[in-house]
Amino acid sequence: MAELKLTKLEKAYGHVKVLHGIDLHIEKGEFIVFVGPSGCGKSTLLRCIAGLEQITGGTLEIDGMVVNDVPPSQRGIAMVFQTYALYPHMTVYDNMAFGLRLAKFSREEIEKRVRNAAEILQLTPYLDRLPKALSGGQRQRVAIGRSICRDPKVFLFDEPLSNLDAALRVATRIEIAKLNESMPDTTMIYVTHDQVEAMTLADRIVVLRGGYIEQVGSPMQLYHEPANLFVAQFIGSPAMNILSSTVTSVSDTAIEVDVAHAGKASVPIGGDVSLNGKPVSLGVRPEDLKIAGEGETPLLSGEVDIVEALGEVTLLYVRMEGHEEPIIAKLAGDAKVNRGDKVDLTAASEVLHLFDNDGKTLRIAQQKAA
Amino acid sequence: MHPALQGLITIIIGVGGCIGYFYLSNLFIDRVLFPATGKNAGRNINRANMVRPWLFLFPAIFALGLYLAYPVVETLRLSLTDRSAGGAFVGLANYRQMVSEPKFWEAMSNNMLWLIVVPAASTAFGLLAAQLTDRIKWGNIAKSLIFMPMAISFVGASVIFKLVYDARPAGQNQIGVLNAVWMNFDGGVWSIIFLRILPAAILLVFAALMLYLIYTAGRPIVDRNATRGGLSVWAILLRGIAVIGAVWLGYLALKSVYSVFTANLPFGEPQNWLTILFWNNFFLMVVLIWIQTGFAMVILSAALRGIPEETIEAAVIDGANPFDIFFKIKVPQIMGTIVVVWTTITLVVLKIFDIVFAMTNGQWETQVLANYMYDKLFRANDWGVGSASAIVIMLLVSPILIWNVYNARKEMK
Repeated sequence: MAELKLTKLEKAYGHVKVLHGIDLHIEKGEFIVFVGPSGCGKSTLLRCIAGLEQITGGTLEIDGMVVNDVPPSQRGIAMVFQTYALYPHMTVYDNMAFGLRLAKFSREEIEKRVRNAAEILQLTPYLDRLPKALSGGQRQRVAIGRSICRDPKVFLFDEPLSNLDAALRVATRIEIAKLNESMPDTTMIYVTHDQVEAMTLADRIVVLRGGYIEQVGSPMQLYHEPANLFVAQFIGSPAMNILSSTVTSVSDTAIEVDVAHAGKASVPIGGDVSLNGKPVSLGVRPEDLKIAGEGETPLLSGEVDIVEALGEVTLLYVRMEGHEEPIIAKLAGDAKVNRGDKVDLTAASEVLHLFDNDGKTLRIAQQKAA
Repeated sequence: MHPALQGLITIIIGVGGCIGYFYLSNLFIDRVLFPATGKNAGRNINRANMVRPWLFLFPAIFALGLYLAYPVVETLRLSLTDRSAGGAFVGLANYRQMVSEPKFWEAMSNNMLWLIVVPAASTAFGLLAAQLTDRIKWGNIAKSLIFMPMAISFVGASVIFKLVYDARPAGQNQIGVLNAVWMNFDGGVWSIIFLRILPAAILLVFAALMLYLIYTAGRPIVDRNATRGGLSVWAILLRGIAVIGAVWLGYLALKSVYSVFTANLPFGEPQNWLTILFWNNFFLMVVLIWIQTGFAMVILSAALRGIPEETIEAAVIDGANPFDIFFKIKVPQIMGTIVVVWTTITLVVLKIFDIVFAMTNGQWETQVLANYMYDKLFRANDWGVGSASAIVIMLLVSPILIWNVYNARKEMK
């Protein structure tokens, strides 16, 4: 129901700046995910939006109104915490009704809303229980129910799944996805460090690092067209391989690079002639690498250090001369490679990524499908 | 011999004796009584392990028995005998004599007054101090200052407060703080503000608080729909008691507002505070409250810190104001600790002796049970009635002690 606009939003604790001017426009009904490594400011940004942290610079607008100094309860938001944050001395019903009672809703209205939320989340049999008598997944559902009751304009999730075990995490993730579909008008903002959650839930992902936004885009956009080296390596698992290279020739249709201690590659993007002779980084995702067939010129070759057979896929850790980090290749599960084997790896030229010396993407490589 | 040397030797003998006992008895059981050799080695090891705990517990059990269990039994026996009749068994005669004495009932009612006021006031002030000092920079300094009276003995504190309450004839310099302040009131504007309007305002606030308590405690009884699922009989009973108590206290407060304005205050005369009947009890209680507030504050402060920050943030988002957060989120979460603090202070209060002994010795209607017992036992040399009153104190303390231990254990889980 709400549209959020963050303009040069800053947060500092004393002299330590945590957020350095965040500009972001969130459309109504969007599902936005903040991801980033720990300490990147994603939770702080969420807490600034919630009003739990005072914004020290810039503005936050919800539906066109600046809410920097509006108390959290009047921003029309609801928040689900990592640790559930249920009131341990209240029953499930009272937990959900607490905010409504404070807001002076009529008893019938409270009853109706709580029953409705409990119905959606299958909590009706547990309404008279205390939180300590519930399992982790049920507790998180109560926390979500408490937010639904408030009928918020903006739903905030602060790593809601990280306290659940793996199986429950998947189940609850699907429930959140369903919830999002059933509330198409409610804007949802979700903080996580888990890229699977980010990729599966988000309409748009915001990648943060060190208090700056690195890139905003749809999950596929981030995967195929990362704006820089950081995003390229952060999205995708295992992370993208980076090979230091030198540009040997630039034409309108391709950039030829010479990969250090390995072969040559031609990336089908036009570039600036001034790049000629400059050092660049060549990025190739593990899933794009394959064993070079007869007669193909390999992109790189090395000795297999570790083989991780996961059944569906096999991961190869290839030691390459002049590289400290092993090159990771994700091959089909039936790949027959042994430790100590010499392998030649290659990749289609369309899936290669090229980054300049500052880590910025040199015009995004053509997509595989396109 | 030099006393320090004597002390040193005592310590060496004591500690050495303990170590010797444990070491040698352990050696004895393993080598001589149940040696772990020969054809019964396995059986002997099992037997030795069955005996060992008792062997090690014996000194503690023996000391407890000698200094705790035996005196209880002996006191019970003494309370049924008469000294003047050469220790003859007299049944409940001592108890009968005791309950016929007005001084005993004075002690009983004073003890009850202490019981209501001191734990409530100490816990309330402790909670207030814990909450207020939690988030401020110099909170730790404030806490240390409030905690400091805990280090002072009851007698020492009594001496300090006797000086606070001290009175000198009018015209001389008052060395007691209370009288020094009192002598500044002359019936003028400030006296009206501080001695009539301010107390009246406090009483009115208190009465309003009671009215709120009546409302919150009583509404679910009258209006069955206010709480879901109805109330149990115990809950109704408990709420009923709370309502009746609140009505009574509220009525007292309102009645006192009237007397605050009509009372004829003796301005300009130094007051002997400890001889003002009824109110002198409160002047004595202040000493214990002063001491116990620090204890309550330290325990409750730790409990407050233990509340998960997220629940408070969730309440903020739910729209709770600071009062809601304190009373509806924080206090219920530390209720267990509050009960433990409350009962612990109650135990101290039930046994209160030193303060009354040192300040009034039970004169001017300030007698309490423990001092009454001391009076009978060591002044009147009447072991019968003295023991009887000791038994009464024990009977009062025991249920609260059991409850306290039960709650403390529950808190530790």
